Amino acid sequence: MDSSTESPNHTIEQVSGITVRLAGDSGDGMQLLGTQLTNTSALAGNDVATFPDFPAEIRAPRGTRAGVSGFQVQFASEEIFTPGDTLDCLVVMNPAALVTNLGDLRKGGILVVNEDGFIEKEFKLAKLDKNPLEDEILESTYRVVKVSMTKLTRAAVAEHGLSVKLADRCKNFFAMGLVYWLFGRSLEPTLRFIEAKFGRLPEVAQANESALRAGWAFGETTEAFGISYRVDAAELNPGTYKNVMGNQAMAWGLLAAAELSGKEMFYGSYPITPASDILHELTKFKNFGVRTFQAEDEIAAVCATIGAAFGGTMGVTASSGPGIALKAEAMGLGMIMELPMLVVNVQRGGPSTGLPTKTEQSDLLQVMFGRNGESPLPILAPQSPGDCFAVAVEAWRLAVECMTPVVILSDGYIANGSEPWKIPDVASIEPIVVKHPEGQSADGDPFMPYQRDENLARPWAIPGTEGLMHRIGGLEKEDGTGNVSYDPANHQHMTDTRAQKVAMIADRVPEQELFGAESGDVLVVSWGGTYGACHTAVQRCQQAGLSVSHAHVRYLNPLPRNLGTMLKQFKTVLVPELNMGQLRMLLRHHYLVDCIGVNKVQGKPFTVTELVEAIRDQACVGKDCTVVDKILKIRVG
Amino acid sequence: MNLPVLKAADFASDQDVRWCPGCGDYSILAQMKKVLPELGFPREKTVFISGIGCSSRFPYYMNTYGMHSIHGRAPTFATGLKTTRPDLMVWVITGDGDALSIGGNHFIHALRRNLDINIVLFNNRIYGLTKGQYSPTSTEGQVTKSTPMGSIDHPLNPLSVAIAAEATFVARSIDAHVKHLEMTLKRAANHKGVSLVEVYQNCNVFNDGAMSYAQDRKQRPENTIELEHGKPLIFGTERDKGIQMIGNRLEIVKTADVAVDDLLIHDEKTPDPALHFMLSRMRYPEFPEPIGVFRDVQGIPTYDDQINDQIVQAREKKGQGDLQALLNAGDTWEVA
Ligand SMILES: Cc1ncc(C[n+]2csc(CCOP(=O)(O)OP(=O)(O)O)c2C)c(N)n1
Ligand code: SF4
Repeated sequence: MDSSTESPNHTIEQVSGITVRLAGDSGDGMQLLGTQLTNTSALAGNDVATFPDFPAEIRAPRGTRAGVSGFQVQFASEEIFTPGDTLDCLVVMNPAALVTNLGDLRKGGILVVNEDGFIEKEFKLAKLDKNPLEDEILESTYRVVKVSMTKLTRAAVAEHGLSVKLADRCKNFFAMGLVYWLFGRSLEPTLRFIEAKFGRLPEVAQANESALRAGWAFGETTEAFGISYRVDAAELNPGTYKNVMGNQAMAWGLLAAAELSGKEMFYGSYPITPASDILHELTKFKNFGVRTFQAEDEIAAVCATIGAAFGGTMGVTASSGPGIALKAEAMGLGMIMELPMLVVNVQRGGPSTGLPTKTEQSDLLQVMFGRNGESPLPILAPQSPGDCFAVAVEAWRLAVECMTPVVILSDGYIANGSEPWKIPDVASIEPIVVKHPEGQSADGDPFMPYQRDENLARPWAIPGTEGLMHRIGGLEKEDGTGNVSYDPANHQHMTDTRAQKVAMIADRVPEQELFGAESGDVLVVSWGGTYGACHTAVQRCQQAGLSVSHAHVRYLNPLPRNLGTMLKQFKTVLVPELNMGQLRMLLRHHYLVDCIGVNKVQGKPFTVTELVEAIRDQACVGKDCTVVDKILKIRVG
Repeated sequence: MNLPVLKAADFASDQDVRWCPGCGDYSILAQMKKVLPELGFPREKTVFISGIGCSSRFPYYMNTYGMHSIHGRAPTFATGLKTTRPDLMVWVITGDGDALSIGGNHFIHALRRNLDINIVLFNNRIYGLTKGQYSPTSTEGQVTKSTPMGSIDHPLNPLSVAIAAEATFVARSIDAHVKHLEMTLKRAANHKGVSLVEVYQNCNVFNDGAMSYAQDRKQRPENTIELEHGKPLIFGTERDKGIQMIGNRLEIVKTADVAVDDLLIHDEKTPDPALHFMLSRMRYPEFPEPIGVFRDVQGIPTYDDQINDQIVQAREKKGQGDLQALLNAGDTWEVA
């Protein structure tokens, strides 16, 4: 907390960043509240990072611990990469939300409670034998503000004549108003949102507006808080920004890839959490020529995508781990047919159905090896919500240049998280050049569907082109002619060629970048959605004087050409992953470098703190780190 | 425009055909090569997509575009291709195991969507390629390599399934009945919407003669009944038997005993699937098995037309997509 000024009836404190979590029953509208707070903070120029966390059940039993839905957002005046470890402020709507979230609130943090939710019936639902608000430790550890939100909301919306049920639904807007007051947020963007969303139901729109304003007024007039906070705009690179979620950015990136390559898109998929939102988003863009196909299952989705790719269209399919398992056979077919297409895997906790709404990174080996036969595919992973856009474009570029399916590994954390995103100038992105061979007379030289160019790519000859009639399929093909071939030497040659084609991609993509010194004690190697936590942790450790650098790998297959030498410049290679050591296994295999894992599969992202500790433990081996520890303790808080 | 006149030979690829000598697949290939030139459709706009099985080697033997895909999934590849390239004529070649076992799901969905493709189901009531296991159309009690004590599965009737899914064109023909097969394939090709042709195909290696009651020229008149739109259902070498609707059941009657008007009159055009379904339930030996077109319902919108119409409509309403405008829309802010 940096500085404070006095206002007539309360103190305004200037801070560099705030982490807030809003938690309630899954019917309480916490996700909506969180999204609004995020957008409003982003519009105020803060850097923001979010972490929505909700139950897998659509209507989880009301009031129970299993039914708690939470939304965490960090907004800051400096660049941030995670939604924050510990909470400065926790808003809870019921007892279940209190007991499941309180552990993350820092000592001295603000606890805002909807007092009306703390009644006998709710204690039972939350499996509590008494009112947790009566615990004395609560008041002595946190700044507790009890607000009778349900009653105040009912009073605020009374004039609009809603039923009690509908009136009570407005209490998330009351909470929102209160939170907005607490952090000096403008009501304007949310008023616009209410108008857009509920405009056709004037009573509901007016009631929500009244509740929002009442929440704000409550903060302003009651002096319940005595203090409020301000976070200045962050210094980001100049440009026009908007707040994006990962799946949204993925959908837009796919649109951009289509436009840059002069193609229309076919998107085949079958609903699955957390990938479905890409389908929902793309269905809005039929005027861009996007054909979305909700298939009867994931196998149909990927096969239809291959059919579209054969026809010359940009084919994309997406799923999560269980669906990717079903797609495996067809992905192998796409590989041997050497057709360009994209397969997006938005990973969730596994195995099998696993933890559908929670995040994990445990499908790396699935997409790397989970097909029969020698079946190499390029794999790319975005590092943040906004980065999905760039990765989608890049993946399609590689797919058409090399005539191969390309896998994009996103995850639930990226997919549902959001961040400010600098809107790119599409015209300045390098176009993706697609060549389809031209027709020829049917009596001309026989067409060679497997004749290769300098990238070892075969021609993308499409049906409808005269004289290029050819047949592709899963049976091994003779190189050049594309005729079915059981010749042993040819199978070896084709296997080698397909592997080489993918391996050669390393020569044409950027070398691995390094954050920090080129040699030292510890190199943190990360991939995908753990970027933010790893980057922040490395930054803190560097500032504390530890010798640590960070390599975040975007190209997982093939691995960057300089990665091997890079690893060897460090005493210890530390690989944090939300799996039990999948990239670590690949690194050991490729470079014969011993790597140490930081592994966690709890359905939750890494906290910065746990990574800082892991780095510190490695970097301090055989050293006196008392000073470092002092600094880290302070910084870690 | 002066289109070159093509012959059957023009549709033959340079690949050797490798089915067992005597396999019914040869006849179907020959009829297809005969029908295609008559359609006057460009070779390069014709695509054959197959799954896996003996029959699914078919695309390699056609000098058109082709895709030999994976087991049971051919209709899904066709879906992606046809919806994005409605200008192409897409054929799906499949077997009874391919379409009805591993691909049962996709088979139903391609039919109910009314995708404008032609599905030719080679039904030999056996798994040929994997050397003789029973298939979903094998008869109860059939002894095969995987059912030494006889199959205990109830067979699936592909036409009943297709009619239940309200496929708009459903027909049956026989490999050995070449004229009939040619006519049926041609009608299927000319149908706008999905078409399914089940072809009784002899696997002389693993299930020889399983359908000789229909294939054999001498037995055929007694054991099959040729459907013709608007005509009464009459069969028999002497054409002395007919099918009458009695109560809510079909029964065989002697034509001598009833007026022709009292026989069931075939109506392939009615969208109501009930009667077509009843026809599909007529099985040898209790009944003569209908061959020909059970159902040819016209004017039903196709999946590919509709998906493409939605693109046109969206563009009329919102204009051509403008990506930069999309990215710039909504709540944005400037950082200087
Ligand atoms: C995923 C998968 N499972 C099993 C097989 C093995 N297989 C190939 S063809 C076939 C059955 C083919 O029978 P049918 O469709 O009746 O075709 P036919 O060979 O009789 O023409 C099977 C089980 C396969 N190729 N792929
Ligand atoms: S096994 Fe049967 S179906 Fe297959 S090619 Fe031989 S005869 Fe034909």
